[in-house]
Amino acid sequence: MSMVEDAQVLPVTPKAQQRGPRPASRLRLIFAKLARTPRFWVGTLTLLVIVLWALFGLAFYNFNAVSQDVMSMNTGPTGKHWFGTDEIGGDIYAQTVVGLRKSLLIGFVVGPVSALLAGFIGALAGYLGGVWDRVIVWFIDLLLVLPALYILIMLYPLIKGGSWVIVMVYLAIFSWMILARVIRAQTSSLRDRDFVKAARFMGVKTSTIIRRHIIPNVSSLLIIDATLGVGAAILTETTLSYFGFGVQPPDVSLGTLLSSGTGAATTRPWLFVFPAAILVITVLATSLAGDALRDAVDPTSGANRD
Amino acid sequence: MTEPLTITGKRVPAVTPVLEVDNLSVTFAQAGNEVKAVRGVSYHVNPGEFLGIVGESGSGKSVSSMAVMGLLPSSARIGGSVRFQGRSLLECSDAELSRIRGKDISMIFQDPLSALTPVYTVGHQIAEGLLLHDKNLSRQAAAARAVELLKLVGIPSPERRAEAFPHEFSGGMRQRAMIAIAIANDPKLIIADEPTTALDVTIQAQILEVMQEAKEITGAAVVLITHDLGVVAGNADRIAVMYAGRLVETGGVDQVFHAPAMPYTIGLLRSMPSMASSQTRLVPLEGRPPSLAALPPGCPFAPRCPLVIDACREAEPALTGTEEDPTHQAACIRSSEITSGKLTRSEVFPRPVPLIEGTPAGTDGREVLSLTGLVRHFPLLKGAVFKRQIGTVRAVDGVSFELGSGQTLGLVGESGCGKSTTIMEILELAKPQDGQIRVNGVDVADLSKRDRLKMRRDIQVVFQDPMASIDPRLPIHDVIAEPLTVHGVSKKDQQRKVSEMMELVGLDPEMASRYPHEFSGGQRQRIGIARALVTDPKILVLDEPVSALDVSIQAGVINLLKDLQLQLGLSYVFVAHDLAVVHHIADHVAVMYLGRIVEYGTSDDVFSRPRHPYTQALISAVPIPDPALERTRVRVLLDGDLPSPTDNIPGCNFRSRCPLYQLLPDQQRLRCQDEDPSLRTVDKTSVACHYAEHDALIDTMAER
Ligand SMILES: Nc1ncnc2c1ncn2[C@@H]1O[C@H](COP(=O)(O)OP(=O)(O)OP(=O)(O)O)[C@@H](O)[C@H]1O
Ligand code: SF4
Ligand code: SF4
Ligand SMILES: [Mg+2]
Repeated sequence: MSMVEDAQVLPVTPKAQQRGPRPASRLRLIFAKLARTPRFWVGTLTLLVIVLWALFGLAFYNFNAVSQDVMSMNTGPTGKHWFGTDEIGGDIYAQTVVGLRKSLLIGFVVGPVSALLAGFIGALAGYLGGVWDRVIVWFIDLLLVLPALYILIMLYPLIKGGSWVIVMVYLAIFSWMILARVIRAQTSSLRDRDFVKAARFMGVKTSTIIRRHIIPNVSSLLIIDATLGVGAAILTETTLSYFGFGVQPPDVSLGTLLSSGTGAATTRPWLFVFPAAILVITVLATSLAGDALRDAVDPTSGANRD
Repeated sequence: MTEPLTITGKRVPAVTPVLEVDNLSVTFAQAGNEVKAVRGVSYHVNPGEFLGIVGESGSGKSVSSMAVMGLLPSSARIGGSVRFQGRSLLECSDAELSRIRGKDISMIFQDPLSALTPVYTVGHQIAEGLLLHDKNLSRQAAAARAVELLKLVGIPSPERRAEAFPHEFSGGMRQRAMIAIAIANDPKLIIADEPTTALDVTIQAQILEVMQEAKEITGAAVVLITHDLGVVAGNADRIAVMYAGRLVETGGVDQVFHAPAMPYTIGLLRSMPSMASSQTRLVPLEGRPPSLAALPPGCPFAPRCPLVIDACREAEPALTGTEEDPTHQAACIRSSEITSGKLTRSEVFPRPVPLIEGTPAGTDGREVLSLTGLVRHFPLLKGAVFKRQIGTVRAVDGVSFELGSGQTLGLVGESGCGKSTTIMEILELAKPQDGQIRVNGVDVADLSKRDRLKMRRDIQVVFQDPMASIDPRLPIHDVIAEPLTVHGVSKKDQQRKVSEMMELVGLDPEMASRYPHEFSGGQRQRIGIARALVTDPKILVLDEPVSALDVSIQAGVINLLKDLQLQLGLSYVFVAHDLAVVHHIADHVAVMYLGRIVEYGTSDDVFSRPRHPYTQALISAVPIPDPALERTRVRVLLDGDLPSPTDNIPGCNFRSRCPLYQLLPDQQRLRCQDEDPSLRTVDKTSVACHYAEHDALIDTMAER
């Protein structure tokens, strides 16, 4: 660990008057460090390519997700059908692109939103303590013991026919609780740390303390959870569609493609391999970028020890 | 390569040393680089001898003794030889080693709680140790011997206490239990690693006493490892000073303390505030110890040494005997110039300048802070769901004091006496449970929300642990500017002010966008001070601001605080358990015991003529880094620990430990039992003791 020279002897020179370079703010420091991390670039550029592909991948393609080519059913990848076709002549390439749009949306909304929910609710409970803490923890525990699927089935009449947007909301609502409890426990120990006390004695507002001190100090956990959450949400959506919620045919998502393709994985691998590969690449790129971000917000992590 | 060292053990004829360490080296391989924690250490310990090893944190004192005990992880590479009673320990198998450990060599650690097993009773653990090494002993005999040992180390009602679990013991009692285990098998050598660092001075004095007794009873040699020169001064026969993984000076205590031959030792002794030297300015040792991963060639002390010459940077000086006395050795190429008097020691580190007298800028001694009868009780709750109150912790129980502008009030007392709670109550700036807090003559209970926020500008805090009090995830510009954000100061002004403050506390403003972890302990405490000063406060509350720092760095921070007070006219409330530091910095001193102030007066009066028996005990427990003084001192030792603050003690709450009470005739004791003493003026100080005039009695007892 390299440290700067001890400056105990520094004479008091009027250097304060000389305009030095403006000290960088925390955000700028984080971005500067991110920019120096190759992992971050690999991750984000990959993601960018995937997003662009999802948006424009069908622009110069002759088929779309619902088109059926009765002339070629169950064919492997060809020049015409890049990823092959299924048993009714649906084009897998087109379906993958369309499915990817939906899955990206679900993943990148649900993962971060649930982490943010967990962060704020957990930090609030841990920081405020007392009655607030007990009420929030009680609520969290209630959500934890309620079988999520059961609720969904109960609500089925309401959401039936509703779009997959409801699934997104549902996923976000039911995936933050465990992390929130962890954050709450961390926060209540942070609350007794001297730097939080010091902020309180300066008169810093509670909301500012949570934003400035608590959240950054639990951010490693939040980032890990948000990135893992992206993949998890995409896969959970699959389960839900399986039960008849969420994305329903003829609409497709990576999840529905995968679940219909698994059975054929050995006989007609193209039904499965392409969507699966895209999913894996997406999840990997996200965790790469997330990992870089986590290092960037943690000043003590390796790369910054210059 | 360093030259082979002279082996100190070979020079002493007649006795064979119990322990001979020769050219010991320990290297840890760490991601890519090697940390050479110990680099060629040689020393010996004779039977019955008391060797003190001193050094700053990270100097390798603990690692070298762990190597002797064979307790290092397997990732460590150990070189050299360690011979215990002629037997090479480094070549022993694990089984042989564990037989030797605990029987012939025993060890006492800093944190006794982690060294004792939580699920067995203390008596059981002592008996276990006995049975392990003596197969013929019966269980009953072992248990009886355990009780005997507990009694020996001064644990009251040992029969009952032997049945207790470690967590039911206080820190001091646990350390006594550890000593009991250590001496159980009549060891030949006891290695104690910072055995008193986690304890209060009063308890430290008791433990050191017990260790001396244990040494006399068993005749064992003792190696005491510590960072506190005062602790070794009174106890050790010989000392060895470590720096950057090497011994840099060794010799008899008197030689090393009175005629040190190595600039590092001289600087270390100089930088210590001592009860005897409060009238001079401290001389800090500049800089920090070098990183052990990338040592430059030459003397490792060279970057900090005031005597450095070009030759120092060429080769690392070996530990060699001085001309007058071959057993007094120093690793410095100029040590002969120092011992021969060509270089006077006061020139090595410049003569301490006398304190600048004079009133701090722009102050008139007007009262800036006053407490009257401050009370803070905590309910003691039990039960997880339905809490019920089973008692009251009287953390602060009627504390009153005043602080004048430009003055320093020192608040001292053992840990748990309510010092921190008192200042936290002040900092809340809210209506206390009982009593009154006035800041600048305004009762804080009457403040509106806005006025309270405005008042926070005037009163700021510096915490004990510079690691914990600064958010590790904020660049230090944001750390220091934080108090300003509350008061709507523009970004540009914030930045200007932060640079100014960094300049003021001796940090380079260029470093503003670095993160806290890139700074050393002393620098981090400076960041904490800069943050406290950024709003131009009038009052600074300092909770143990230097106790987490190494001595050599502590001096710099104390000097800084004194300078700032003169320059800016600040008033300090200075909480500390180190009386030497308080003596050095405070104008007035308040001694706290169990939530009350028991003695209050000017620093000079309280320290030169303490009237309360507790103050006397506290002062006499402070070790003085001067072996001659230490040996002739009369000590007032306190019995036992601080009682629990939940106890409601009628009469004087110091009674259970009061040395004066012990000496009083029965009819006088009655008053202590029935009547709670309130503060009254005796001579020049205020004292809460009925018999403060009889304090001479204690001295006569202590002499006996
Ligand atoms: N929130 C709390 N609840 C219950 N007891 C408390 C609380 N805070 C402090 N105490 C108790 O009050 C007493 C005084 O504590 P305080 O922290 O003021 O001691 P101190 O003199 O500062 O000790 P140290 O030197 O170890 O910091 C202790 O017995 C402590 O256990
Ligand atoms: S060898 Fe040189 S640098 Fe090292 S302590 Fe001696 S005089 Fe100082
Ligand atoms: S009042 Fe009695 S018990 Fe209390 S300090 Fe004085 S002599 Fe000791
Ligand atoms: Mg404290």
